[in-house]
Amino acid sequence: MSALLEIRNVTQRFGGLCAISACSLTVEAGRTHGIIGPNGAGKTTLFNLITGIYKPTEGDIRFRGASIAGHRPGRIALQGIGRTFQNIRLCRSLTVLDNVRIAFDSQLHYNPVEALFRLPRSGRDEQRSIDESRALLEPFGLLEHSGDLAGDLPYGHQRKLEIARALALKPSLLLLDEPAAGLNTGETAALTEFLRWVRDHFQVTLVLIEHHMHLVMNLCDHLTVLDFGQTIADGTPAEVRANPRVIEAYLGGTEE
Amino acid sequence: MSALLATLARQRWPLPALVAAGFAFCLAAQFVPGLINGYTQFVLITVGINIILCASLNLVNGYMGEFSVGHAGFMSLGAYAAAICTTKWLPATPATFFLAVLFGGAIAAAIGFLLALLSFKTRGDYLAIITLAFLMIVKSAWENIPYVGGPRGVLGIDPLTTLPWTFFWVVVTIWVLRNLVYSKFGRAIFAIREDEIAAHAMGVRVREAKILAFVVSSFFGGVAGALFAHQLQFINPASFDIVKSTEILVMVYLGGIASLGGSILGAVIFTLLSQALQPLGTWRMVILPLILVLLMLFRPRGIMGLRELPWFLPRRELKKK
Repeated sequence: MSALLEIRNVTQRFGGLCAISACSLTVEAGRTHGIIGPNGAGKTTLFNLITGIYKPTEGDIRFRGASIAGHRPGRIALQGIGRTFQNIRLCRSLTVLDNVRIAFDSQLHYNPVEALFRLPRSGRDEQRSIDESRALLEPFGLLEHSGDLAGDLPYGHQRKLEIARALALKPSLLLLDEPAAGLNTGETAALTEFLRWVRDHFQVTLVLIEHHMHLVMNLCDHLTVLDFGQTIADGTPAEVRANPRVIEAYLGGTEE
Repeated sequence: MSALLATLARQRWPLPALVAAGFAFCLAAQFVPGLINGYTQFVLITVGINIILCASLNLVNGYMGEFSVGHAGFMSLGAYAAAICTTKWLPATPATFFLAVLFGGAIAAAIGFLLALLSFKTRGDYLAIITLAFLMIVKSAWENIPYVGGPRGVLGIDPLTTLPWTFFWVVVTIWVLRNLVYSKFGRAIFAIREDEIAAHAMGVRVREAKILAFVVSSFFGGVAGALFAHQLQFINPASFDIVKSTEILVMVYLGGIASLGGSILGAVIFTLLSQALQPLGTWRMVILPLILVLLMLFRPRGIMGLRELPWFLPRRELKKK
């Protein structure tokens, strides 16, 4: 196994607030890595740092061995990091199919002149984007909704569509920000199986932020626990569960 | 009746047929004396220019979801550039007129490119204020350049904007915008409207899309200005003020955002209405903004907002529905 993503001593300050302080973590290729921690621990900030929405105040972020710290978000996405958002961010007034096509479009090569004058390559590429996007929607059970507006989909379908859209980028790393938020126990169990299938079928390394312990313990090979912007534990789920600092800061609170 | 219209909307042949018939009519009106009177011809050319203005502004305000109030500025750039071509540099013939219109569009597009660079850093209300500043800068620039007549403007422009030429440019505008909007670049522009942060995360080349939207929009704004100058035969800086921009905004939000069919509808309704209200004089400028207020209250997306006439969709986009 090799390190796909390395976060080295990253610090992120917003004015006087230190959201992440000297945080380091390594995501191995092929693993499913969970990031847990109380609210406000800096988990989403970490995702925003990895995807380039924030530029780290200090430290370095390396993806496949090369630094991506401070790169623009679009460039990082194109290097193979897909993500979903805690509060779903779909293009609500576009169709389900077009949502996926937008992400797939980075693989089309025709230029603006070919588009404006409708030269042959643009038509061929467009047809390919329709066909491949439909093929991607099929296993998600969304093909029958492909012509519906994304904003009209039920909540669970919107979550799935956001994952499908991220996969259209053909990422090697997929960051999921609370994929089980708002789901009940039965739906969470189904999501666990679904994410396992996504990981195996698309050969993608998953990093997920999640509060549902059941999902995290079942799915993840490796866990990192954050509290107040610092890594307080890192290891296999069994190790983390046994770690006294974690019990004190986080899990212990639920048993009192 | 409505069933017949719905069937027609799904057919592919009516649009090319309408374009051919429209072009034949424009040629006939031009070369058969007495077929239509001068006033009708004037109104029809105005409708055409307004369609170009409305559809091109819709690219930035409707499809991309920004709020530019500077479209009259692009119009004035195109108008002045083309008018100087035909009055000072080139003989005024139909062939040089074609080049002058292209030149007008190109000058507007070049400045549109600069505005696009500013749109990387800011958006929404703040970008709207920048477009307002741009409009004021262009106006005072013309007022202070003696070569283009200062506040008096450019006089004695040849009436080269004929009905066939106007129709030709309307078709080119709609065709190019259609091709852009239903391409990957168009989808990138929609993604910016919907959620710019998500657009980045999806690998959308946001800067490229913004440049393309601003450049194409301002190019056709410039084309419309060039046609306008050669229709009225004189232009001055005051012809292209915030009132002109407001008129274009009313057309866009009346017809419908992010819709080519809506842009045409908005321009036609607005032009005919504003001609019909001419006898009211100054009251016209009370009634037209009032329409904008009512629209924002009751139908903020306009008559055809976010919907398109199937004629304008490429065939491959229809199949998926």
